[in-house]
Amino acid sequence: MSAPSGENEAIAPETTATVEAGRPPASQGPVIQVDKLTRRFNGFTAVDEVSFTIGRKEIFGFLGPNGAGKTTTISMLVTLLKPTSGHAILNGYDISTQQDAVRQSIGIVFQDPTLDDQLTARENLEFHAMLYNVPPGERDARAHRVLDMVGLTERASDRVETFSGGMKRRLEIARGLMHYPHVLFLDEPTLGLDPQTRSAIWEHVHELRAEYDITVFLTTHYMEEAENCDRIAIIDNGKIVALDTPGTLKHGVGGDIITLRSADAAATVTELREKFQLEAKVKPAPADTSGPAGDRIYLEVPNGRTLLPQILKGLTTEILSVAVREPTLDDVFLGLTGKQIREESVDKMDAMKTRIRRRRSMGGHR
Amino acid sequence: MKRFRAVYIIWLRDLKRHFRDRARIVGSLASPIIFIFILGQGLGSTIGQNLPVGGGTLDYKTFMFPGILGMTVLFAGVFASVSIVWDREFGFLKEMLVAPVPSWSIALGKVISGATIASFQGCIMLVLAPFAGVSLSPLMIAELIPTLFLVACSMTGMGVLVASRLKSMQGFQMIMNFIMMPMFFISGAMFPLANAPTWMDTLSKIDPLTYGVDALRDIMLTDVPSRYAFTTDIAVIALLSAAMLAIAISTFSRQT
Repeated sequence: MSAPSGENEAIAPETTATVEAGRPPASQGPVIQVDKLTRRFNGFTAVDEVSFTIGRKEIFGFLGPNGAGKTTTISMLVTLLKPTSGHAILNGYDISTQQDAVRQSIGIVFQDPTLDDQLTARENLEFHAMLYNVPPGERDARAHRVLDMVGLTERASDRVETFSGGMKRRLEIARGLMHYPHVLFLDEPTLGLDPQTRSAIWEHVHELRAEYDITVFLTTHYMEEAENCDRIAIIDNGKIVALDTPGTLKHGVGGDIITLRSADAAATVTELREKFQLEAKVKPAPADTSGPAGDRIYLEVPNGRTLLPQILKGLTTEILSVAVREPTLDDVFLGLTGKQIREESVDKMDAMKTRIRRRRSMGGHR
Repeated sequence: MKRFRAVYIIWLRDLKRHFRDRARIVGSLASPIIFIFILGQGLGSTIGQNLPVGGGTLDYKTFMFPGILGMTVLFAGVFASVSIVWDREFGFLKEMLVAPVPSWSIALGKVISGATIASFQGCIMLVLAPFAGVSLSPLMIAELIPTLFLVACSMTGMGVLVASRLKSMQGFQMIMNFIMMPMFFISGAMFPLANAPTWMDTLSKIDPLTYGVDALRDIMLTDVPSRYAFTTDIAVIALLSAAMLAIAISTFSRQT
């Protein structure tokens, strides 16, 4: 181990104070620029000419159902997977040709835990610091700082195998910050966590941005989570179908959402078209039969509260229940793709594609 | 040296894990002890306590001891390096794969850490030497340690090679049955190969452990003539280690 500065040849020597030691300098302009990034697996296109730009300190969300290409995109950006075509620049470094510099610039929290269970929390952080060229004199201070941030100071000397799922995830986030990355990738950061831990993790994410000038790139299929982002890219079948702030996206839906449950959905839809000139969408009843029976009819109207009574008066088909609400990102997604985000891969083909995609993207290639 | 940073980190982590797990250290000595004191005793008394070797006679346990040492290194070495599969299953491998370090250094780190652990396990076995009728001089021990390490390197190289292709721990039992057990028995660890049929003799020549056991026997049993010259043994093992290492590194870099 030599002096901290320039330890990694691909990285320019450090110019800032020692707090920043080992951290590659921040590039000018957008922190991530993706241009027509594509990844194919045996003729199947998992990510299809995706382009977007992310500014510094932005919290950017990638929203889409399982198998939409979220993890494959992340895998390419973190240099685990080579793109079939297209380019991406991260913190000024090319993901295809400057892998080490890209890796030094990013922190990653994967969907599945990647901690060493047999080591203590602090040891996991130490190893990470060593792998990422953090100067030896600074490792303790940084470990202390990040552990404090995620509230694990008291458990620092305990083996990770004794941790709960939420604690492990928090520790992984802490570890991802040890080398002061410019971009933190969070792949489904709150998957399988209870609501309390989930909101705690979001608090950390907002803190991070304030404290470390960090850009956060996250994938999720939870709508509530996506609301925390500055901008959201909605991805479906490997393509970005919309990219904007959550507010604008919701505004784009066009007012309120009326949901009707009807005994005869098809008849109701016809009636709505003929009597009110309204185009309704039908969401099939959930397959798990947990909710009430009957197909849901879904309407986007500018003024739901005044229109609803008129609709009910005019309809002759039997209506089982009604609801009016403001649009959510769920509605945005449904409007854009014609399907619900949480219906996990409905048909068999989709399920198979998802499996293949996941396997490919998880295995990764250098 | 910068590029070797990850080798050291992985070595350090694996050693920490190994020495933290006392049960495993002790447990891995169980089978060699059983081999020496039960099999060695039992076979020795039926086949004949005295093994005719090179004109003189030799206690079977004594004959067997270097072989068991080779077995310890084989099993400990392969087991240590196959931990890559565990690392993959429990995710830690990914943490290493996305770090700004070359992937060959991860494979090399695994080979060296496995070899360190395996030769350490071998060294513990040396405590049992007096019970097997082997008397060790300090010079012998000084020769044994690097030899054990070299033998271990060829075993862990093979282990990493196999682990790079192994996707789950389920396949490990197969490796045990189809590679490690034949390697062990054919190496001449348990019986002299002098009267072995031609096919076995041929196979033994491509078994790295044959040369390992022969070298260990050469060091420890001074009055027993060895199969090959000590220098030949060492040269062959070094060559095999280097070859295994090269293949293991390239396979690992490509597979993961």
